[in-house]
Amino acid sequence: MSPDREGRTAASAEPASPGPAPRGTTGRKPGPSLRRSDARAGLVLISPTLVIVVFMVVLPILWTVLLAFQPLSLLTLANTGLLGTDYTLENFRTVVTESGFVGSLVTTLLYSVLGTGSAIVVGLVAALAVRHAFRGRTFVRAAMLLPYVAPVVAATFVWRTMLDPQFGIVNHWGTRLLGWDEPVAFLTQSSSEISLIGIELSVPTALLTVIAFEAWRSFPFAFLFLMARIQAIPATLEEAARVDGATPTQRFRYVLLPQLLPTIAVLSILRFIWTFNSFDDIYLLTGGGAGTEVVSVRVFNYLTARGDIGLASAQALVLAAILAVLVGVYLRRFAPQEEKT
Amino acid sequence: MATEARQDRSQDSWVAPQARRWTRDRVENRVFGVLRWVVIAGFLIATLFPFYYMGLLSIRGLDEVIQDPGALWVSPSEVNLNTYTSVLSSPDSGGQGFLVFMRNSALIAFGTVGLTLLVALPGAYAVSRLEFFGRRQISVLFLAVYLFPSILLAVPLFVFFTRIGLRGSLSGLLIVYVSQIVAVSIYMLRNYFDTIPQSLEESAALDGCTRLGVMWRISLPLAMPAIVANGLFVFMIAWNEFLFALLFLVEEREKWTVSLGLSQLAGSIEIPTTVLMAGSVILTVPIIVIFFASERLLTEGLTAGAEKG
Repeated sequence: MSPDREGRTAASAEPASPGPAPRGTTGRKPGPSLRRSDARAGLVLISPTLVIVVFMVVLPILWTVLLAFQPLSLLTLANTGLLGTDYTLENFRTVVTESGFVGSLVTTLLYSVLGTGSAIVVGLVAALAVRHAFRGRTFVRAAMLLPYVAPVVAATFVWRTMLDPQFGIVNHWGTRLLGWDEPVAFLTQSSSEISLIGIELSVPTALLTVIAFEAWRSFPFAFLFLMARIQAIPATLEEAARVDGATPTQRFRYVLLPQLLPTIAVLSILRFIWTFNSFDDIYLLTGGGAGTEVVSVRVFNYLTARGDIGLASAQALVLAAILAVLVGVYLRRFAPQEEKT
Repeated sequence: MATEARQDRSQDSWVAPQARRWTRDRVENRVFGVLRWVVIAGFLIATLFPFYYMGLLSIRGLDEVIQDPGALWVSPSEVNLNTYTSVLSSPDSGGQGFLVFMRNSALIAFGTVGLTLLVALPGAYAVSRLEFFGRRQISVLFLAVYLFPSILLAVPLFVFFTRIGLRGSLSGLLIVYVSQIVAVSIYMLRNYFDTIPQSLEESAALDGCTRLGVMWRISLPLAMPAIVANGLFVFMIAWNEFLFALLFLVEEREKWTVSLGLSQLAGSIEIPTTVLMAGSVILTVPIIVIFFASERLLTEGLTAGAEKG
């Protein structure tokens, strides 16, 4: 893993140290007793974390697997033991055959692919726009990170108010300045007809709105990473291309972009994982209505409104499994490419 | 474009024909030179306007908002701060009780920071410095926890805490937060410990310091910037968190956090939007203050923490 390598170079680059002292046992050769005491100290120091993670994360997830195979509801919960008795495949059969789940899976995929893609593209544009120093750049940079750090509840509430069909500011100016015929119900309308150059198109309004929100909220994350990467690219590379007569777009295409691709690959996987599982944004914006019910919102509704623990667990598990498969395929395809650079 | 280029050349040909020609490079440089500022302005509007609008609505009267929803500023005479008193005061006196929510949020956030650091600091030190059985596997486990879908975790935790009757208690929620954040926290701190040269610790050890002494006197003070950044990061996560607060605390209004309170009250028709906007401001301002005060520390910590994932 790269942190190891990084730590080692940092330590050995230290000129003052008499013997190069890399981490742990690799460089210095501690005696057996020191090594043993190190091992003991290490386990003692890590054990509180380990206990918390095992009891609060690992075991609960294993327990979810058990729950998913039981016909369990919040009402009958008090009468069942921790491990349960009657196991059945019924929950999974329901999940697979029910049309609702597949539909919401498609919505989840659309939402996460488009949300991830637009967040990264917007983040890249932002990073390119502020890459050269100018007066007030620090402020602009900080401002661009705001959507990402602001509380999601406050951000969604403002968006909902701004997009409100009755007294939202977007519809107010949209109908007056942009010539909209009538206010658009951005968050409550599952589809609307718009005519573009004479062609009538049906657009999933609410879904596009939550995707736009996702792009707005998470582009700063991409921006931050791409920015850090761009600053690390040696200026001589681009300078050489410029001297050779490469125009700005050519320099971007043939010099900058190849340097950024590994970062973009990592970003797309991280963002995809988080968007695929994200619950807050959609729950707070639309409550899962108007064709925006992603799987996590559905799981939440099954858990709380219906109290159907078995079905909720089964759906959550299927969600996690699909995610694991997608991420696995992606890593297999792109991991070797990353290592080269 | 072609005629324009010819015109330009014929007009300026006496200056410096080579330099003034409309080459692709020149056009692109011009275009991007202008476009850059347009884009920056666009981004500033897109990122700042919602927050400006939040502040604006929170100090306008409801009637004025309904009469003129498109107003982009408020004249000083119309500034109305009653929204804030209304949102902060307790429900008994006709308010929304955000003061109590703020107390809950602060309790949870500070508690999470303290507990997380208490657990994560020794852990990060161990993962960075000490060779022990299973160290590598533990790092992988933490990364997995970090990337894990929280909704999948929500199901068993909700069921379990319902079963043992701890749902609805702030301490239950606190433990859930710590368990989810501790992995990221260790990841960030570990990266920082890795950059502290080990020679410093070794010389302290030669002078007779024990392992614990080294950790306490040498590594901890050196890692202070990272610890502060990490603490702020954890505070922001805990303050902003919504899903688990919703699952655990929704039944008792007395226990609501600011996030939960705002989301629950946002649906009701009786409470004016302007009052709730004041609530959003109260929710957002601490985060913005922390963020601007520590922007550099935080962004470095963030990128350092995840760059190597």
